[in-house]
Amino acid sequence: MRVLLFGAALTTVVISALILFTLVRGSVAFLRNIDLGQLLGTGDKAPGWFPRRERFDLRTILFGSLIMSSIAMLVAVPFGLGTAMYLSEYASPRTRRIVKPIIEVLASIPSVVVGYFALRFIAPEVVANIFNPDQVKNMMAGGLGIGILVIPVMASISEDALSSVPSSLREASYAVGARKSSTVVKVVFPAAISGVVAAFIIATSRAIGETMVATMAAGSDGTGVRTLSALDPGLSMTAAMTNAAGGTDQAKGGASFDVLFFVGLLLFLITLSLNLVGDRFVRRVRQKY
Amino acid sequence: MALVSPSIRAATQEKVRASLTRRERNVGGVLLQGGLVVALLSTLLVLFTLLTQIFVSAWPVLSTRGTTFLTATIGSDPDTIGIFPGLYGSIFIGVGVLLLAVPIGIASAVYLEEYARHDRWFNRIIMISIRNLAGVPAVIYGVLGLVIFVGWLEPVTNGRTVLAAAFTLAVLVLPIIIITSSEAIRAVPQGIRDAGYGVGASKWEVNRDHVLPYAAPGILTGTMLSLARALGEASPLILLGAITGRLPETGLRERFTGIPMLIYSWSAKANPKDAVLGFENAAAAAGVVLLVLVLMFNIVAVVLRNRYERKRVGS
Repeated sequence: MRVLLFGAALTTVVISALILFTLVRGSVAFLRNIDLGQLLGTGDKAPGWFPRRERFDLRTILFGSLIMSSIAMLVAVPFGLGTAMYLSEYASPRTRRIVKPIIEVLASIPSVVVGYFALRFIAPEVVANIFNPDQVKNMMAGGLGIGILVIPVMASISEDALSSVPSSLREASYAVGARKSSTVVKVVFPAAISGVVAAFIIATSRAIGETMVATMAAGSDGTGVRTLSALDPGLSMTAAMTNAAGGTDQAKGGASFDVLFFVGLLLFLITLSLNLVGDRFVRRVRQKY
Repeated sequence: MALVSPSIRAATQEKVRASLTRRERNVGGVLLQGGLVVALLSTLLVLFTLLTQIFVSAWPVLSTRGTTFLTATIGSDPDTIGIFPGLYGSIFIGVGVLLLAVPIGIASAVYLEEYARHDRWFNRIIMISIRNLAGVPAVIYGVLGLVIFVGWLEPVTNGRTVLAAAFTLAVLVLPIIIITSSEAIRAVPQGIRDAGYGVGASKWEVNRDHVLPYAAPGILTGTMLSLARALGEASPLILLGAITGRLPETGLRERFTGIPMLIYSWSAKANPKDAVLGFENAAAAAGVVLLVLVLMFNIVAVVLRNRYERKRVGS
């Protein structure tokens, strides 16, 4: 029995190894086929991501991911952290009992549904009216949609961190005459800071790996020129991957398909290192209290 | 007392008095609390807007089409299309998760919590890989599925089929099942095990007859959450080449699609000129169906967890 159970547990190691193997093997095949210059966009007048023309300017998709996840975190940090702080420090048990399941509902909404919302509501009704961009689909709309998706991640991890701060710290603060607000800002928050940092890092990793919203609302058909403006249409690393694989009966092979593995490997390494750092912060909170 | 001038002393006295008689206004505190309430309400407002918008766009389809929307097949006319192939694909993806990921996940959790010595290097590797797999973006599981289940295992799956998708999503939710099951098993009191050993049960008998039944509600909660996750995931389906155009045949070893894939493809599809209902309405209606499925599993999970927690606290 023990051997059987061990075998089951070993599948996760096999899966991890297979993921790494497929990504590395595909990336090697991709890198053999192209020049390094194609990745850096050297010699192009308007460097960009055009897989069919074998132009793979990495900065285009790195900037796209960076811009969209930054916008997402600008949404998720105030809303998520604010929600967490209110629930942990101010809300009555009754409010908490009602609101927490609602946040869980938000967390369980599939990303493709949020993608629909970003495409059909945020882009035409919100972003178009406030920022007046040239095109309806743009990275602002994508970023805001991803922000909605990561609010619950930010909220639930920081709420765990804030509520695991022992109440003796709060009582000590009240005992020396501090107000509720000073207690929250100067005692509870600093005590929970590593948990909040962990929430931020894990939410960022989620935002970078988020695929559907970026593919649907950021407004690119799999190609794009390098841009730093959030109001331009843009391409994230994840959107570049779905586009390289999409097109159901497309002929497989060649650099325009293999690039999928290379971008996948980059994405894997980025999210993995963020998650490792985030994990370390989470455990620091657990050890402390 | 040269250190404190009379004016400072007077000001301090005034402050203390104000504080004691609650005349003092704590502007910062009010602002902070107000800001936090605004953050919370905005989050709820976003959720409310999202649900309203989807239901409003879905209503024309849901009210005029009714159940034919569930039984018709996909195609190019938004007035007559339905989600049947997507429903079929999604249901069998769910079945695949139940048959593959749940047994392997529970077995792994039992091994890690009950058998494994956590100081052994290979057990540490297992635990590290589970934690890391839980954070890998879904789209990368799509790459894995494309190479392994569509490519290498083609004799079994017949390529880009329901089977390949079911395998891929089972792999995707495996870490979630292991982590939630481990937590449930860890919460089983040691006394339950000792009582089993006390009457001469073997380790496996204790696990089978005492530990697993006691942890069952927690394990079931994790299973429900992972099913909800598997049904809602769209990006691996894109990588596996789910169909969006026409799919007359449905079968386990046939080309496939899933509800999330239909939402994705219909959201941005141009409408034919004479159509009454738009593809965007069909996408929203498929979104409502998906939300109902996903929320149903989540609600079952929450109800199970609450009952289980109440029971344990009382005992």
